[in-house]
Amino acid sequence: MSNTVTALNGAKSQGYVSVSEAPLTGMITLRGDFADKAFVKAVKDVCGAAIPQTRRVEAGKDVNVLWMSPDELLIVCAYDQVNAMCDALRAALGKVHSMVVNVSDARAVFDIEGDAMREVVAKLAPVDLVAIEVGDLRRTRMSQVAAAFWMRSETQVRVVCFRSVAEYMFKLLSNSAQRGFEVGDW
Amino acid sequence: MSTRLSTGGRLTDTSKQIEFRFNGKRLKGYAGDTLASALLANDQMLIGRSFKYHRPRGVVASGAEEPNGLVNMNEGAFFEPNQRVTTTELYDGLAATSQNHWPSLEFDVGAINTHLSRFLPAGFYYKMFMYPRSFWKHVYEPFIRQSAGLGKAPKDKDGSTYEHFYAFYDVVIIGGGVAGLQAAKTAAASGARVLVMEQTAHWGGRAVVDGGTIAGQATEAFVEKTVADLAAMENVTLKTRMMGAGVYDHGYLLGYERVSEHAPEMAGPRHRLWRIRAAQIITATGAIERPLSFAGNDIPGVLLASAVRDYVVNWGVSIGDRTVVVTNNDDAYRTAIALKNAGLSVPVIIDARMNGGGELATTARSMGIRVENGKAIARVNGGKRVTGVEICLQSGEGAVIEKIDCDAVAMSGGWSPVVHLYSHCGGKLTWDDAQAMFRPDLSKAPTNQDGVGFVMPAGAANGEMGLADVLADATARAKDVVKALGRKAPSTRVPEAAAEAQNALEPVWMMPQGAGIKLRMKAWLDYQNDVKVSDVQLAAREGYESVEHTKRYTTLGMATDQGKLSNINGLATLANSLNADIPSVGTTTFRPPYTPISMGAIAGSARDEIFQPIRKTPIQGWHDANGAFYEPVGHWRRPYCFPRSGETKAQAVEREILQTRKSVGMLDASTLGKIIVKGPDAGKFLDMLYTNMMSTLKVGKCRYGLMCTENGFLTDDGVVARIDEDTFLCHTTTGGADRIHAHMEEWLQTEWWDWKVYTANVTEQYAQVAVVGPNARKVLEKLGGMDVSKDAIGFMDWADGKLGDFDARVYRISFSGELSYEIAVPAGQGRAFWDALMAAGAEFDVMPYGTEALHVMRAEKGFIMIGDETDGTVIPQDLGLNWAISKKKEDYIGKRAQERSFMVSPDRWKLVGLETLDGSVLPDGAYALGEGVNANGQRNMIGRVTSTYYSPTLGRGIAMGLVHNGPDRMGEVIAFPKVDGTIIKAKIVEQVFYDKEGAKQNV
Repeated sequence: MSNTVTALNGAKSQGYVSVSEAPLTGMITLRGDFADKAFVKAVKDVCGAAIPQTRRVEAGKDVNVLWMSPDELLIVCAYDQVNAMCDALRAALGKVHSMVVNVSDARAVFDIEGDAMREVVAKLAPVDLVAIEVGDLRRTRMSQVAAAFWMRSETQVRVVCFRSVAEYMFKLLSNSAQRGFEVGDW
Repeated sequence: MSTRLSTGGRLTDTSKQIEFRFNGKRLKGYAGDTLASALLANDQMLIGRSFKYHRPRGVVASGAEEPNGLVNMNEGAFFEPNQRVTTTELYDGLAATSQNHWPSLEFDVGAINTHLSRFLPAGFYYKMFMYPRSFWKHVYEPFIRQSAGLGKAPKDKDGSTYEHFYAFYDVVIIGGGVAGLQAAKTAAASGARVLVMEQTAHWGGRAVVDGGTIAGQATEAFVEKTVADLAAMENVTLKTRMMGAGVYDHGYLLGYERVSEHAPEMAGPRHRLWRIRAAQIITATGAIERPLSFAGNDIPGVLLASAVRDYVVNWGVSIGDRTVVVTNNDDAYRTAIALKNAGLSVPVIIDARMNGGGELATTARSMGIRVENGKAIARVNGGKRVTGVEICLQSGEGAVIEKIDCDAVAMSGGWSPVVHLYSHCGGKLTWDDAQAMFRPDLSKAPTNQDGVGFVMPAGAANGEMGLADVLADATARAKDVVKALGRKAPSTRVPEAAAEAQNALEPVWMMPQGAGIKLRMKAWLDYQNDVKVSDVQLAAREGYESVEHTKRYTTLGMATDQGKLSNINGLATLANSLNADIPSVGTTTFRPPYTPISMGAIAGSARDEIFQPIRKTPIQGWHDANGAFYEPVGHWRRPYCFPRSGETKAQAVEREILQTRKSVGMLDASTLGKIIVKGPDAGKFLDMLYTNMMSTLKVGKCRYGLMCTENGFLTDDGVVARIDEDTFLCHTTTGGADRIHAHMEEWLQTEWWDWKVYTANVTEQYAQVAVVGPNARKVLEKLGGMDVSKDAIGFMDWADGKLGDFDARVYRISFSGELSYEIAVPAGQGRAFWDALMAAGAEFDVMPYGTEALHVMRAEKGFIMIGDETDGTVIPQDLGLNWAISKKKEDYIGKRAQERSFMVSPDRWKLVGLETLDGSVLPDGAYALGEGVNANGQRNMIGRVTSTYYSPTLGRGIAMGLVHNGPDRMGEVIAFPKVDGTIIKAKIVEQVFYDKEGAKQNV
C-alpha cells in the first residue's frame, strides 16, 4: 500500500558494519500448544515448516518460522502476504485453541551486515555471540529495550524491536558500529 | 634528587621523547613512561598533599596500590580528578595538576593541620560535630565543604566516549604475570575458551623485574614465549590494559579496558567495560608489598622497596643517589642489589631481623653493601623530601645510634597477596603465620549457583611467593579449574624455576617495636586518609574492637585506594593494641571495584540521544514539525499542547479545548495500550480481571471497565471491545500497557494456567487518532468509505472498514463528552491517515490538541484519571464507580479485599466536585482543613484535591477531590489552605461539570 511506511523510511548507516532498516516485513504472532498435532500440522501446511527448536529459526516456503517462547512463534513473510497468511492460518487451525495476530506494523526491523556484526551486537545484548550459530535466534534486550535477533548468515543478523523505539535502536546500532570502535578480539 | 639514569629502562624508548605538563610546567619523558616515572625523572618528588593534614606526599608505589600519587588530569571536557600517576601511561600533551592544596603545592596553608594533629585524632569528626547543633549548618558544614574531597569535580560534560561489551568465557584469568600466563597455558590446553587480562600494558608482572630463571632461561624469555603461544591459539583472547574490576554472583565479572586513554588521538572509546560471564575465574593478581610503620614514613622519597626497584629497572629512574633499604624480609635486598648494579649508592640495609637475610644478603654484602641486622629506623629526616635517617635498635624504644644521610628510603614490611577479587564474592581467607599474611582459604572459595567454587587464586595471589612455587601453584590451580569445568586436565608440565633461597620474614608492625607516642604519631598507616599508628591505638583504647568499626572511626582504608597498603598493617596494629591475634581481628570487607573505574565506563554509550529510549508514535514527525510542547508519559513523549507563535502554553490549551468543543479537534491516542485477549475462556478471564461484567459484552460493542489489584485498589481503566466470540481488545492507559499485559500473563501462567486464553500486546501495531467535536462525523465522511452515521456506529459501538484508503477500526467512544471517534489504523499508515484527517478537517478549522486539553475536557465531564484520582490507595467505591462493579459476579481480582472492614468504612474519603467560590483554580494536591489536631499534633484534614484545572468551557476553576463523607455534603463549603498562608473556599458539588445528561456524545 502506498500509504504504508516503515518507522524510519529505510534509514541506513555505514560504520565498520552496515546498519539498515529492512523494507516492510510481514510478521505474525502465532500462539498455541506445540505438542498439539493439529497445531503442528497447521503450521506445516500453511508455512511449509516444522515447529522450530528452542531459540531456532525454521525456514519454510517463502516464510521463516521463529521460536519466540514455549507457546509462541513469529512467522515472518512478505508484507503483502500477511492478511492472506493470517486467514490461511486461522482456517487451518479451525477450532484448535490458538491465536493469530498480525504484528507487522508493531515492529521495526534492522539488518546488520559485515564480518564484525557479532561484536556490534555483543556491545548491546547480554548474549554469547561467539557461540551463536546461523539459524539461532535470541529474545533479549539491546541496551535498554526489548529485542529479538536471528543469525541469517555468518555476516548477517536481523534485529527486531518495537516500532516506537526504532530511532533509538537505529542510533544504538549505528553508534556501536562506528569506525574506530572495533573490538577485534573474535 | 630523583633523576633519569643514562642506562634507560626495560619499558622506556629513549628515542621517543614526549612532552607533558605538571602544574603548568613543561616536562619531558619517554614513550613507555608512566606519569609517575616521568615526574620522578624530572625530580618532581612532591606530587600532592594528604587529605587531612595536607602533608607533602610523593609517590610511594609503582602500580595500582599507589595511595599518594593522585592528580587532576587534563582540562575542560577531558578533566578527571584522582587519576593515579603510577597507572597513567604518559602521552604527548598530557597535562596534570596536583590536588588538595592552597595556594600552591609547594606552599600550602592547610599544612597547618599537621601541627594541629593532636587536636584531630581518630574519631575527630564524630566527637567534634555533635554540639552545638546549630554549628553544623553554619560552621562545620561550610568548613567541611571547603576542605572535603581530594580532587575537583569536573565542570564540563565528558568529552570522551565509552561502551560496554558482553563476553562469555569458560575461564577468565585476571593477571598476566607468570602465574596468570602459566595458568592460561594450562587452561587453554584443555580446549576451554580462555580470556587473560592484564591491567598494565605489559605481560610478565613482577617476575621480570625480580629476576630468576624459568626452564633455564631468563624470566622475560618465558613470558615472551608463553604470550606468543597463547596468541596463536584460537580459543584464547589476550587483553592488556584491562583490569578485573569486580567479581559478582553467577560468574559475572567486570573487565575495565582502557582502550584509548593512553593515546587520546586514537579513534574509539576511552574505556570499554567488559561485562563477562565466566564459568571459572582464576585470580593471578600477585601480591602487594607492605610499608613499614616508622616515624616519617610518609616523607616524599620513602617508597616501597619493590617500587624503587621497578623505577630503576623498568623506567631507568632513580629516586635518589643514596638509598637506605629497610626491611624485615629478604626480598628488599633485591632492591639494594638492583640499585648497586645501576651504579647507585646504598649506604646501608637495615634489617629488623636479628639473624638477617639469606642468599640475597650474602650477595649484597659481597657487593660491598653495609648490612645492619636487628636495627630499625627511628625516624626519617626531611620535610618535602628525605634528607637522612636515624637508626636505632628494632627491639628498643628509638634511642638514636647513628644518623645517615640519604635521599631515599626503600622499605619492605613483607607481602600481602592481592585477595580482593577472590574475596568480592565471599571467598574466605586464612592467616599464614610463617609469611605473616592473609591468603585464600581454598576450602572456602566463593561458590556459584551450583554450590561449586568459581574463583580460584593462583601464584602469589594464593600466597605462593617463590618463583618455582608460583609456577607450580598456577599449574595446579588451573588444572583444578579445568576439572571443575568437567574437562580433562591437560598434562601441562611445571617448568623448572630457580631463585635464591630466602630466610624467613619476621613480622614488624611497629618500628622500633617500643616506639613512644611521638614516633607513633608520625608513623603513617594510611597515607591518603592520614591515619597513623597512634590513631588506631586510640580507637582501641576508646573501645573499638571490631575492625569494621575501627575502619569507619579512624577512616583507615576508606580512601580511594581502599587501604591496599594500609589494611594489614592497620589491623595488625589494632590486634596488638587489643592484645588479640591477627586472624581473630580479621580483615575488612573487600568490595568492587578493585581500583576506581570511570563513571563514563559505567554509563557506557547511554548518553545524549541514546541516554534513554524515547518512544515515538507513528505521528510524532508531524508533532515535531508543528511545534508540539511535549511531556513525558512513561518513555513516550506526548504533546502537552501545540502552542502557536506568540501563544503561552495555557493559551494554547484554552484554544485547543474551545475549538474541540465548538467544532472538531484531533488527538494522537496511539500510546494507549491495546491488548488482545483470545480463547474460549477469554470472557471468563476478563470477568476476573475487570470489576464489571465483560463476558456479556456483545460482538461489535464497547464497554468501559475498571481493573483492581488483589488488594482492591484501582490500578487501570479503559474501554474493552468485543471483536468476535473468542476475542476481546482491551484498551489500557498509556502507562499501563506493559504492566497490564504482564499482569494478565502472570495470572494466566501462575493461577489459571489451565484456562484457554492467549494474550498479545498490540499497542504498537496501530496508530490511533481521536477525532472529537460536533463536526467529527463530517470530517470522517469527507474521507469517504464506511458508514459512520449514528445508525451504523452508535455510541459505544465499533466497526471495521475503510476510511478513504485506510484500513480502519472505528470506535465510538468519548473521553471528552463530545461526539467522538477513535480510529485505529495500522501503524505504517498512521502518518498518512493523520495528514488526510488534517486536510479533511481544514474547513472545520480542525486542530490537534494535547494531553492537557484531554485532561481538562475529561475533568469537565467528571471522568477519573488513573494516577490523578487514584494513587494506589483508592478503590473504585471511593470514586462513586459502584455502577461499574458487578454485583452478580462471584469473584473478580480485588473483590475480597474491597469487603474488608476499612474498605467499607463510611469514613473513607469519597470523590466529589469542588467549585471555588471566587472562581479561582485550587492548587493541585491541596488538603481541606478539618477541626482539631491528630495524635501527632497535626491539623486534622478532611479531604484533598485530586484534579484541578481552569475550565475554558465554563470560564472558571474546576476541581475534583476526595472528601470525608463528600457525597453527603453537597453544597457545603470547605477551606483549602494555600502555600502563601491564605485559604480558598470551595463548595462541594457533583463532579460532572459539563453536559450531565451526556447528550453531546450520543449524537
